[in-house]
Parts: sequence; structure tokens; C-alpha cells
Amino acid sequence: MAAASEPILRFDHVTVRYGDVAALDDISFDAVEGESRVIMGAAGSGKTVLLKTALGLIQPDGGHVFAFGKEISSMSEQQLFEVRSKIGMLFQESALFDSLTIEENVAYPLENQASIQCPPDQVHPRVVEALKFVELGGTLEKFPSELSGGMRRRAAIARAVVTNPPLTLYDSPTAGLDPITAHTIIALLIKARDTSHTTALMVTHRYQDGNLMANFRYNSEQGSLEPAARQNGGKRGARTTFMLLREGRLVFEGDQQRLESSNDPYICKFVKARE
Amino acid sequence: MDTIGVGSLPIVIMTGFFSGAVMALQMSRALATYGQVGKTGMIVSLTLVRELGPVLTGLMVAGRNASGIASELGSMKVTEQIDAMRALGTDPVQKLVTPRLEATCVMLPLLTIIADFVGMVGGWVIAYFFLALTSRQYWSSAWRNLEWKADVAQGLIKPLVFAVVISMVGCYYGLRTTGGTQGVGRSTTQAVVLATVLIFVLDLLITKIFVFQGAS
Repeated sequence: MAAASEPILRFDHVTVRYGDVAALDDISFDAVEGESRVIMGAAGSGKTVLLKTALGLIQPDGGHVFAFGKEISSMSEQQLFEVRSKIGMLFQESALFDSLTIEENVAYPLENQASIQCPPDQVHPRVVEALKFVELGGTLEKFPSELSGGMRRRAAIARAVVTNPPLTLYDSPTAGLDPITAHTIIALLIKARDTSHTTALMVTHRYQDGNLMANFRYNSEQGSLEPAARQNGGKRGARTTFMLLREGRLVFEGDQQRLESSNDPYICKFVKARE
Repeated sequence: MDTIGVGSLPIVIMTGFFSGAVMALQMSRALATYGQVGKTGMIVSLTLVRELGPVLTGLMVAGRNASGIASELGSMKVTEQIDAMRALGTDPVQKLVTPRLEATCVMLPLLTIIADFVGMVGGWVIAYFFLALTSRQYWSSAWRNLEWKADVAQGLIKPLVFAVVISMVGCYYGLRTTGGTQGVGRSTTQAVVLATVLIFVLDLLITKIFVFQGAS
């Protein structure tokens, strides 16, 4: 299924070092169109660094990163802006701009991404639409500090998907949220993935998030999540690949069934919800 | 520009006034030894325009704004807002550094002029009420001895250089902040310390250049 299409994102023996410590150590993988990848690992295992490297925010010390067929690891910052306009990123702590309102925050990529070229009269409707998508319709004039953690995360999702990027990166979308809010956030990510058929990379330390991502789909008619198995012939997590990082190294890559059947103690620690 | 300029105005006025006043008081004692108390205006205006105005204003603005810039950009760095800015297609240098540099370069010379003037008023208060000088005596001595090329040029080049130092040091430490809120505190302190030291060092250097050129 996946091998035929050109990878949207490709890591080729990528190494990132901070002094003597390797934050990423010889990482290689391909993410193909329409695929979801769930990246898990302990704190400090290099998950965030991996996403930032994929976005070109961190330049690798070794290896090559390709996004949309172009090598981004040797690009200048100006050249990277073009590639980044096709990638949506949700940062760990939302990273909304404190001095801007929610409307201005969500409008930011539309107004500043040179290659998006959104006509000025289109900005407001698209912002409203994106905020409606994350169910935050009434917060346009509010500042990020006036919102709760979960609402900030939702606003940040709106900012990440407002340009309809073909590739989205989510860094710990549920970190620090209560289980109900966390579920809402993951439901939104699934909704974003399924309504615009994007490729998604999600970093998380909660296996439940990955499980939801792999086995549920968004039903646009009912406006809710439903088990995906009914649609694709009973195959679990068909388009979702799990990756496990440990101290910068990729220790597992494969589908959910392989993940759950693994006996590796490090992997078992994450896969608590065995069925 | 509003924060740096208008926000710094009260502290700059206070510092300018009292340093002018204390300068008049101190110098009048020394001048009295030579029977030249009438030259108080000259001493006050020369020291203010050449040295105290630019340096004290620079120090005040360094304390207020180098720290403000470093902590603001530092907080943005540790909360990934700088990364977000880059991810969303903007250059943080263009978006954050350039306006701060421009605002400081416009405002610091203006604040210095205000500090110089208020300082002279401070000197006049002392001269008029405590040294029994007439207003005319004080002001004519103060104005007559100021030379455009030497004193005023020096007094305006200094704040311009200090403005570059203050904004650049603040931005530099802010943007390279690491280590959470503790890191923001550290960056802020380092920015103020370095900006302050550089103001003194560059002050000496600029003064030396003017003296060397024989213009002083």
C-alpha cells in the first residue's frame, strides 16, 4: 500500500547532537501520504527534536531529511519557509503568541507564509472556519492568557491546520490535560486528518492517544468518532505506524499488532492497554 | 517605541534633574576655591551634555529595556514562540529585533536631550536658590560654552551607539535563552550587566576619539 507512493517525509540516517549527547541517533523512516505515525518514547528520548528536525528548525549533524521530495537539511532559512508552509505544527505548550489575540494568532500563518498568498478578504472567514472546526467560535477577540490549557491547545490546532497543510506534526497534544480534554483533542486531530486526508506525525507518551488515532475515524455525517474497523474490512490500524524512541534511537517501527505482541520490556511499559 | 520612550521618561527626568542639581552643588564648592562660582552653569552643561546625560540615560534605559527585551524574547524562546514564528514563515530577527533596534535608536537620543535639559534646570535650581546666582548668569554661562561640533555632536553620537548596544545585547541574550524560567532570569541579568559595562567602555572610547581629534 505505502511503498508505491513517494514519501512525504523521509529521514535518512539522521543524527542530531547536543555536545556529546545524541538527541537523535541514526534515525531512518519514511512517512507516506495519508499515513499516521505515532511516535512514543520516554521524556528526553528525542521525540520533540525529531519533529523540529522534520520542520527544519533543527539542522541535523548527520544524515538527510527530505520533505515533499526535497532535501531540507541543506536549505537556507529563506528556502525553508516555502517547505514549512506545507507543514502544520502544533507545539508542546501550544506556543501561541501572547501579545496577539486568538484571531491574530490563527491568521498569522495566512498572513505571513509567503507561499500561501491568502487574499486579505479571505483571512477572516478562514480563521473563523478554523476556529469553528476546533469548536472555539467565540474566542476571536480573546488573548491566549484568557483561555484554559485545553482551549489554548485547540486554538493552536486551529493555527496549525488553517492553511490546510498536507503534513501535520503534533508535539504531545495531550500533555498536561485531563483525560476528557485529552480525548477531545485527539478527536480533533483525527477529524483534521480524516477531513483533509493529511499525513500526520503525532508525538505522545500516552498509548491511548495512539490507539485512538489508529483505530478510530471521524464520521463527518454524525460529527463524532467511530471505530475505523468497520470501514476497512476489519484490519486494525491499517494506516497507522507506531514508532518508539529510546535515548535518540528508533527501537521499534511497525503497526499496532506488532507493537502489542512485542515482549521488549521498554515497549511493554508504553503499551499498557493490551487487549 | 512607546515603552522605551514614554515609559522611560519619568525615570530619565528624575535622574537628569538630580544629577544636574548635585553636579551644581558639588562643583560650586570647587569653583568657590578659585572664586569662579559664576561658571557653575558652564560646568553643569558641559558635564551633562558630554557625559552624564548620555551615560545616565543609557544606564537607565539599559536597566529598564535591555532587561525588558531580554526577558520578553527569552520567555518567547522558552515557550517555543520563536520556533513557532520560524515555523509559520517569519524571520524572528526581522519581526522582533529590527523594531526594537529602531525604537531604541530613535528614543535614546531624544531621552538624552530631555535629560540634558532637565539636568540643566536642576543645576539652575541650585544655582538660583542656594548659590545666589542670577538666572541670566547661569543660563548664559551654560549655553555660551556649549559647542556644536564638540559637545553636542558627542552628546548625540553616544546615545545612538548606546542604543545599538542596549537593543542588540537585550535581543542577543533573549534569543539564546535556554533552560526555562530560570534561563530567562539568567539572560536578563547577563543582558543588563553586559549592556552596562559596554556603555562605560564605549563611552571612554568615544570620548577618547573626540579628544584625539582635538575637538574636545
